[in-house]
Amino acid sequence: MQKLINGQPIDVNEEGYLTNLTQWNEGVAETIATEEGVGPLTTRHWDVLRFLQDQQRKEVALTIRRIGQSGVVSIKEFYDLFPGGPLKKASKIAGIPKPASCI
Amino acid sequence: MKQLLILGAGSAGTMMANHLVKALPQKGWQMTIVDQEKTHYYQPGFLFLPFGTYAESDIIRPIGQFVPKGVKLVNSAIDRIVGEENKVLLANGEALAYDLLIVATGSHIAPEEVAGLLESGWRKDVFDFYTFEGAKALRDKLANWPGGKLVVHITEMPIKCPVAPLEFAFLADDFFKQKGIRDKVDITYVTPLPGAFTKPTASRKLGYLLKEKNINVVTDFYIEQVDGTDKKIVDYGGQEVQYDLLVTVPTNKGDECIARSGLGDELNFIPTDKHTLQSKAFDNIFVLGDATNLPASKAGSVAHFQAEILTENVLRYVEGKPLKADFDGHANCFVETGAGKALLIDFNYEVEPVEGTFPIAGVGPLRLLRESRMNHWGKLAFRWIYWNMLLQGRPIPFVKPQMSRAGKNISTAVPETETVH
Repeated sequence: MQKLINGQPIDVNEEGYLTNLTQWNEGVAETIATEEGVGPLTTRHWDVLRFLQDQQRKEVALTIRRIGQSGVVSIKEFYDLFPGGPLKKASKIAGIPKPASCI
Repeated sequence: MKQLLILGAGSAGTMMANHLVKALPQKGWQMTIVDQEKTHYYQPGFLFLPFGTYAESDIIRPIGQFVPKGVKLVNSAIDRIVGEENKVLLANGEALAYDLLIVATGSHIAPEEVAGLLESGWRKDVFDFYTFEGAKALRDKLANWPGGKLVVHITEMPIKCPVAPLEFAFLADDFFKQKGIRDKVDITYVTPLPGAFTKPTASRKLGYLLKEKNINVVTDFYIEQVDGTDKKIVDYGGQEVQYDLLVTVPTNKGDECIARSGLGDELNFIPTDKHTLQSKAFDNIFVLGDATNLPASKAGSVAHFQAEILTENVLRYVEGKPLKADFDGHANCFVETGAGKALLIDFNYEVEPVEGTFPIAGVGPLRLLRESRMNHWGKLAFRWIYWNMLLQGRPIPFVKPQMSRAGKNISTAVPETETVH
């Protein structure tokens, strides 16, 4: 399905996560961030979002622990930047899939 | 003589030994398998041991019983793999040279990764059920536990058998009902993920289970520490959950020998090609089972499907042929829901668990993603299949290593009719 985000039709799943990372841009990120109660996005947010996208392109499964060990951001700061479910919110804003289990 | 070396004689390594012994020795290869354990554990049984459904003797066998004739079993811990020199150093000082190495060293729990976990009443009121010792200790605790706040908790992903904690919560509900003390037990399921179910179809179809069984769910909980004094777990966002009995699934890690070998990621899982099962670091090292970093479930069924595909790839590698990129992430898992029922899920990298029939399309007899008694009998029968067919590498009728789309309602997984916003 498609959703109009920041004036552009974007492919998303039923929970609003982007299904095609190539459609992502900074305007899309800002709009989703506002919907999620995060933002405005600062340099620190962008550092984390770019790291998440980079990991996604390398097909590395993301966990908060991995993010904490990356040197990009501490777990505490990750929570401060994306309060209330940082990994799911940051993933949505970064245009990558929601962290999920097998079922 | 060329040397094939398998590290780990658990489910994955044992299946590889049994598959390859039929083909490799006649091609002039010697086969060796290394494991530090003397016991082979039927790991799905760890879920049932705490509730007294299985006895200890149901789930343990001597490890050598399943290693075929023609394969040498070496009982030793592994120091490290030296990939540049094609050799493995053992803890007993021996060095084993190889031409082709298969790593099946699995995963284990690492409770030391969470602050306070081992210092806060470990195996007194804080338990795991991912080890034989932990499951036994929990069985003894549950036998006399008068009730209170039971918290079933996942530390972080990935974990072996991702559905096991949920099954544990369902079986606990049933166990306390049978004991007549369900009204004295408050069950809370705590997960770092955004829900108890995270896949769209499973969330829609199975959400009722938690309500029906009166299980509270706390989501997005990423544990920072266990506070054993106040008996609570605390997460990085400041959320707290009180417990009287904490059943936790600690961080899962690959074997320490992988870290010593410089072959693992930060959790000691080995970067592996997701379709061929060749390691990313060395062409003559292959990896299967829980030891890989693949985005597939860490489950026995996955090891089973991988073993069939890897057997072909090893034979192709030995003959100098190109590898087949055949592994599709296929997993097949029974999910106990309590009261003599279970679900069955069958999925791969691309297709989430959906409803349908299995293994014969349109017939079954097993139902996918729906509770049934037949599925529960399937799960119990599986123990016999594991000891008598799976480890020996005998094929399971109608079940192929690659996932079949037939018999699955895949179209229901993507709700095309929903409004376009």
